[in-house]
Formats: sequence, C-alpha cells, structure tokens
Amino acid sequence: MPIFIDRRLNPKDKSLGNRQRFLRRAREELKRSIRDRIRTGRIADVDGEHAVPMPDRGTGEPTFNNARNSGSRQHILPGNRHFSPGDLIPKPGQGGGAGASSPGNTVSEDDFRFVLSREEVLDLFFEDLELPDMVKLNLKEILAFKPRRAGFAATGSPTNINVGRTMRNSHGRRIALRRPKQAAVDAIMQDLASLETARPNAQTRERVAALKEEIERLERRRRRIAFVDPVDIRFNRFDPCPVPNAKAVMFCLMDVSGSMGEREKDLAKRFFVLLHLFLKRRYERTEIVFIRHTHEAQEVDEETFFNCTQSGGTVVSTALEEMHRIIRQRYPASEWNIYAAQASDGDNSLSDSERCIALLNGKLMRLCQYFAYVEIIDERESHIFGATENGTSLWRAYSAIESNWPNFQMSRIATAADIYPVFRRLFAKQPALRKNA
Amino acid sequence: MARTASKPGLLFSGSDWDFQKLSQAYEAIAALGIEELKLDTYPVQMEIISSQQMLDAYSSVGMPLMYRHWSFGKHFLYQDFLYRKGGRGLAYELVINSNPCIVYLMEENTMALQALVTAHAALGHNHFFKNNHLFRQWTDAGGILSYMEFAKSYIARCEERHGLSAVEGILDCAHALMEQGVFRYHRPPKLSSERQREGLRERLEYEERSYNDLWRTLPPSQDTSKTENKDEGLAERKKSLNLPEENLLYFLEKNSLVLEPWQREIIRIVRVVAQYFYPQRQTQVMNEGCATFVHYTLMNALFDRGQISEGAMLEVLRNHSNVIFQPAFDDPRFSGINPYALGLDMMQDIQRISTEPTAEDRDWFPDIAGRGDWRDVLLDAWANHRDESFVRQHLSPALIRKWRMFVLADQAEDAHYEVASIHNERGYQKIRAALAHSYDVGASLPDIQVVDVDLLGNRHLRLQHKVKEGVLLDSGSRDATLRHIRSLWGYEVSLAAVDAETGTTLNERSSNDC
Repeated sequence: MPIFIDRRLNPKDKSLGNRQRFLRRAREELKRSIRDRIRTGRIADVDGEHAVPMPDRGTGEPTFNNARNSGSRQHILPGNRHFSPGDLIPKPGQGGGAGASSPGNTVSEDDFRFVLSREEVLDLFFEDLELPDMVKLNLKEILAFKPRRAGFAATGSPTNINVGRTMRNSHGRRIALRRPKQAAVDAIMQDLASLETARPNAQTRERVAALKEEIERLERRRRRIAFVDPVDIRFNRFDPCPVPNAKAVMFCLMDVSGSMGEREKDLAKRFFVLLHLFLKRRYERTEIVFIRHTHEAQEVDEETFFNCTQSGGTVVSTALEEMHRIIRQRYPASEWNIYAAQASDGDNSLSDSERCIALLNGKLMRLCQYFAYVEIIDERESHIFGATENGTSLWRAYSAIESNWPNFQMSRIATAADIYPVFRRLFAKQPALRKNA
Repeated sequence: MARTASKPGLLFSGSDWDFQKLSQAYEAIAALGIEELKLDTYPVQMEIISSQQMLDAYSSVGMPLMYRHWSFGKHFLYQDFLYRKGGRGLAYELVINSNPCIVYLMEENTMALQALVTAHAALGHNHFFKNNHLFRQWTDAGGILSYMEFAKSYIARCEERHGLSAVEGILDCAHALMEQGVFRYHRPPKLSSERQREGLRERLEYEERSYNDLWRTLPPSQDTSKTENKDEGLAERKKSLNLPEENLLYFLEKNSLVLEPWQREIIRIVRVVAQYFYPQRQTQVMNEGCATFVHYTLMNALFDRGQISEGAMLEVLRNHSNVIFQPAFDDPRFSGINPYALGLDMMQDIQRISTEPTAEDRDWFPDIAGRGDWRDVLLDAWANHRDESFVRQHLSPALIRKWRMFVLADQAEDAHYEVASIHNERGYQKIRAALAHSYDVGASLPDIQVVDVDLLGNRHLRLQHKVKEGVLLDSGSRDATLRHIRSLWGYEVSLAAVDAETGTTLNERSSNDC
C-alpha cells in the first residue's frame, strides 16, 4: 500500500518568491518597457496587465558552453532516406552551425514575453512619480465591495445564522414528523401523578403501567426527532456588491502648438494617466475627452491628441470654450462629476488670459469638481521660477483663480516627480469622502 | 488487495479516479512487476498535485523543496508561457529519486493514465533509481529531502542576515559553475592525521636508512637547476592543493581566500544539488527507456489478464505512442533523438535477440542471443550501465537499420556536412561508437580544470580548458562566467585553452581583460 498525499489544497504560488526576486532583478528594464508602453499606449490601458519582453540585461545565466562555430563534431540522426557515405550536404546559411540537428524554430528561453499583473505594472509606473505609500495603496485598491443580503443559504458561518428561518424550518419538520409536544408529555405526567396518589388497585396499576409505557414511547420519539436538526439551519447569505459610484468625465486639455515637444508631451501624458487612475478608482464609469488647441480648439481621439502637432498660435480660451460646449451638450453637471486637467507650456496672449479668467470664474469652475493645471517647464527654468509668483502670462492669470476656488490646483512640472503635488489636495479629500459614503 | 490481484476482472472502469482505485491499481501493478520483471523498488509515496503545482515543480528543477532564486522565477515564467501558448503539455508525472520514492500525479489525469503513470514512474523509474550503480554510488536517496529542507532554510536565514543581494550574488556565481561542480570519480578517502604522521615518519626512516653520502658529491648541473627548482615549486604547490582539480566549485569552496563561512556553505549546497543530478544526466536514455519498457510490458500484461478494459488500453497506447514518437531528422518536429524511444527500442531489441535471434544477432551478441534470459540481461543493464556504455554494448545493427541512423561529420570551417556513415555493414560500428560518444557527458561538457595557483605569491588562479576536436568555448558566456569565478576567487583568474592532443596553448583569457 503506497502512501498517498493530496497536495492539491497546498498553498499555490510556491514560486511567487522566485518571481518577485526575478522582477526585482529586472526592474530597470521592465520599468523602461512599461514607460515605453505608456508613451505609446492609451491612457486607460495602464490600469491592467501587460505582456513585456524578457529583459536581456541582468537576467543571463552564463556557463561555459562549447562554441558552435569551431572544431569538428559528429551528429547522429535518424531517418536516412537516400544518403550514402561521402555525400555532402550544404549547411543552412545563417542560424547556427548545426542546422540539421537543431532546427531553430523553437522559442529560446530568453526570447519570449510574459505577463505582468496589474499590481506589478502600477508599481513600476509609480516608481519615479514619488507617490506617498498611502496614495499608492489607494490607487491600487480594487473597487470597494459592500456585502448585501441575498436570501438564505444552507451553509455559512455561525455568526450568520438566521434564527427565524431556522426555527420555522424546525417547526415545520416537527409537525411533519409528529414530534410529541412538551404539553402532551406534561398532561400524561399529570395523569400519572394523580393516579399514583390514588389508592392502588389492579385497574390503576394497569393504567399506570400503560401511561409509563406511553411516556417512554413519547420520550424516545422526542429524542429521535431533534428539536433543531442541522437540516433546519439557515444562514443569511451575502453577496459582495460594488459600492455604487457615480460617473465621471475627465477633460484633458493640451496645448499642441509647436513649443510642446516630446518631453513635454510625455510628462503631460503621465499626468493624465495618474488622474485617470485616480478617477477610475472612485467612479464606476469614467470617460475621457481630449481637447487640443492651438489658436483654435477641437475635440480629438487619443491617438491624435498625443501624436500630432499642429502649427499655429496659442489661444487657451478656445479650449475652455470647447470644453464648456461639450459639457452642455453631453455631460450635464447634475449627472457627471467633471474633472479637468490642463497641460500647457504657459504661452498665451495677455488679453486671452483675461478671457480665460472670466470663463473659469463665470462658468467652468462652478461645473467642475476639480481643475488641475500643470505648466511644463524646462528643467533649467525650474531653478529660476522656483516658488515665485512670476511666470508666464497664463500662470499669472491662473494664480488669481487659485486663490478664489479651492478646487483649483496648479503646478509647474519639470520632472516626473513634480506631478504628484498637483494631486495632493485631491487625495487628501478622499478619506473623508469614503467615510461619508 | 490480494483479492483484487487474484480475482479475474477489471481493476477499474470509467475515467474517474479515486484513492481506492489508485491503491488497487498500484498493488496489482506492483505485484505484476515483481512477478514479470523481478523489479526491486523503494516504497512509494504518491502525491496528487494540480497543474499549477506541476509548473512550480518544473521551475525548481523538479525538487519538491528548493531554495529561492530569481532564475527559478525566470524558468517558471518560461514554462508558464509555453504551457499557456499550448506549445507544450505538462508531464503527467514527476518522480523524485528519494526513499520513499515520491511520485507526483496530476489531478487531471484519467484513471487509465494514472495506472500508466504508476507503472512508469512508481515502478520503472523507482527500480532504476534503486538499482543503477550511478545512483547508488552518488546520491543518497534517503537523505536528499532533509538536505534540501536544510538548504532552503539555511539560504533563507542567510538572506535575512546578509541581505538578498549578497546571497543572490553568491548563488549566481555558483550556478554558473554548476556543471563544473561535480566529482566524476571517487577519490581515495582522506587519511586521518594519525596515519599521515605515520606515513611521514616511515618515509623519514626510510631516507635515514638508505642515506648515502656519495650522492652529495655529485656536481649539480648549472643550467637545469633553475628550471628544476621552479618545477619543484610548482609540483609542491600542486600537490598541496591536490591539483589539477576539475571540480571548480569544490576548489573555490575549499581554497578561496575571500569567502565567508556562510558563502562557502552556499557553494556547498549548490555543489550537492549538482552532484545529485549528475547521474540523471548520464542515464537519460536508460532511465526513460527502463520506465517506458516497464510500463509497456506491465500494461500489456494487465490487458492480457483482462484486468483493464479495451477502452483504457487504447488510451494507454495512445499516450504511449505519443511519448515514443520519433520524427526523422528532416521533419519540422525533429528535436534530437527521443530518449524514451531509443531506450524502449533498445530494450525491446534485447528481448527480441534473447528470444528469437537472427544469425547476425548471434554474431554480434553471442552472450545473450537465443538464451531467453532477457529479464536478467535487462536487470543487469539497468543496474550496471549508463547511456554511453549501454549504447556501446547493446545497440544492434537491426536497430540501426530500423532507425536508419546516419552520422554527419561537421567541420566548422566547411560549408558542407559530410555523411560519414550510414546503416550498412561498414557503418554499424562507427554509428554505434559515435552515438555512445554523444551520450558521454564527460566528453561533451567542456573540460576545465584548475592547474595552478600560487597562494603565497600573487594568487593568480590559472584554469585550463582542454580543447578536444578543436571545439572552443563560446566567448561571450566564457567571459561572463570568468567574471563570476573571479568574484568567488577574489584575485585574478585566467583561462587557457590548450589543445588536448598537441598540448599547445591556443589562447588565454584573463579576468582582468573581460
């Protein structure tokens, strides 16, 4: 008799530790490929699994190997059909010396793609954004679930026993199986007691014996048919149910005039990705609207938004007007939570900046939950501007709005690490909101 | 259990298995194995696992317990990728050379498959592990699991104490030298210090007794004394360090001046694992052949006795023929000689030679042809051979013809392969020798040895690569591996490629240059 061990219920993912060690080792390369993916992919795609190629640096396992292109060797092969000794067979051109013995169409161990889970992708994405840990946790958290009553179940934990339902079942079963009631037993006991106090004669003795037998029968029956049987027990059943969330729309506004280069767009994109991640966590449904502008604004798809440049001047107010138009048409503020993120290099004419102030003060800020403005500046400029109020015309104009509206945020961004502070207020608000909900 | 074996009737029906059926099937098959093939096995421990756990086991080189290292994570990703893509099915079983012999069965297998796997692994492999001389000599089946338990917890403790990256660094280096980390030959046991002193005393006594003052008066020749002195120093050094030494890991573990005790212990762990797997590398054809032969014979015997149904037998045969599929060299599916197929064919061939030999067989195998004792021949082969010697002694011309084997000579400089031998009268011996040679692990791995180090001088570690047939090392991986050796040794390391026949140095690479 062999020993049997059922290992199927053992903890899975025995090699999880190995996987983590591997990812840690390949971290730099993986980070780069995720960043490339973000640069070329869509904003909403960041929040999911990604297949990445096997990194080649840092993951090699060298050993002493024989070189294929030196020396002489012999290959023993089966299936000779027409060769005779002395026949010459041309070697296959490129692709390793021993072509016939090693057909190279199998994937080599270092050349394949593997899937990173959503958590791993976000970890890599967050890495140089310098987010506080709490915020990371918050963003990575899957939608909140709330247990909701959903009928009854025959199994469950003792704390969830539904007493009413259980007793109802027990009652029905007792009636169906004719379990003697306590009252019936009591009545007979009383009879018995009264008979026993009376003078004993043959008739009463017979009657006492009959009653005793009856009691015993009833007791036996009561013992056999339990008052509450395991089959009666019912538990409350709970279904996890997503916490109802409202809808949100996110407006991405960006200046695409010639002054916005690749670096600026990359930073802007990361900023949008982060805002989108955040909104997705809070709302069941999020939509993104892309508005690009030069001296005129238009709504475009994501591809065009990030990849096409247009020539032209810069009139920021056109974008705000376009946004207002779209809100009126498609996203009534009563149904949608409206978020806006604007990225620009700050160039604007003075008169138009006035107009922007008017638009924001008068219409948009009333409709928006939150409006974030990031100004993407050169790394060298960041030293000059630092914390001064001085700046581009748009910056000065928006400074006035910032003081009026608590839900307006603005920041200068020179590196990826500067992005997070723009969101600080947004994240700070979140715990309070959650408690209320 | 005796009841099921003796009662004519099916062992199981239907495709679902349960532990009762597994146990009955094992009893019946084991009894049959002893009766039909005189198998001798370790007790068996069967473990049921899921496909996920099978993947886990794959990536940790098939051990149920393994320390943690990133490379296993990488291998897991690769296996997972192949499995998901459908490029490769998982093995139905995995068997570990331990006592009791652990057999993993996949939960997805049908009952017929479980019976097949039981015959294959729990009897075939098990018998081979217990009886083959390489396993008996080199592996300790009783102790391996507890050793791996120790290794795992030891390395985990080191990670806690010295940090992940320090441990990882040592493991990386040690893994790079795993193939050079095995002993191929037993060495004489080390003398106790008492015996050493005894030997020294005897020698001195002998020198005193045979002292002759005359020798002192010989004039020393001027020019040779210098080189002699140098040679003497070299010989002295070699002797004290036991050089040349081909087990690089052992040498580094014992002699490196920069390693901490825990680092030496980790190298030792890697070395033990490498040594444990060394017999398996040398006996692939025999091991799989033995298991396949056993399952094929036993399942047929069961079927003949009416203990398994036709449906189950068909399923068994289908899987059996998948396992022993051998495409021809020009088939796109060809990926080398299938050890299952070659092993089974050779063993069945022995059976044929033993029972119904041809004149040619009588010529080639006078010892076994027509004797009818194929069971004993096989038991002897399983116990005493490795792939190389088995092929060299038992590959028959009939089998060479059946496989239509041929030898391609591959000269790296030439633009052509040349067909050297085919399955004809002249070629049999050559094909047999060439095939046996290709299974000789010692010959196909690069032969690298420590030849000299001056511990009192600059501590320059000199390695030598004996170049056979002009086959050099791949330069990229050689340099990377040299860097690993350097970090274990701590001082300069150089590797000289020396032609094995002529003794000329072809090139020399130092760790300082790469």
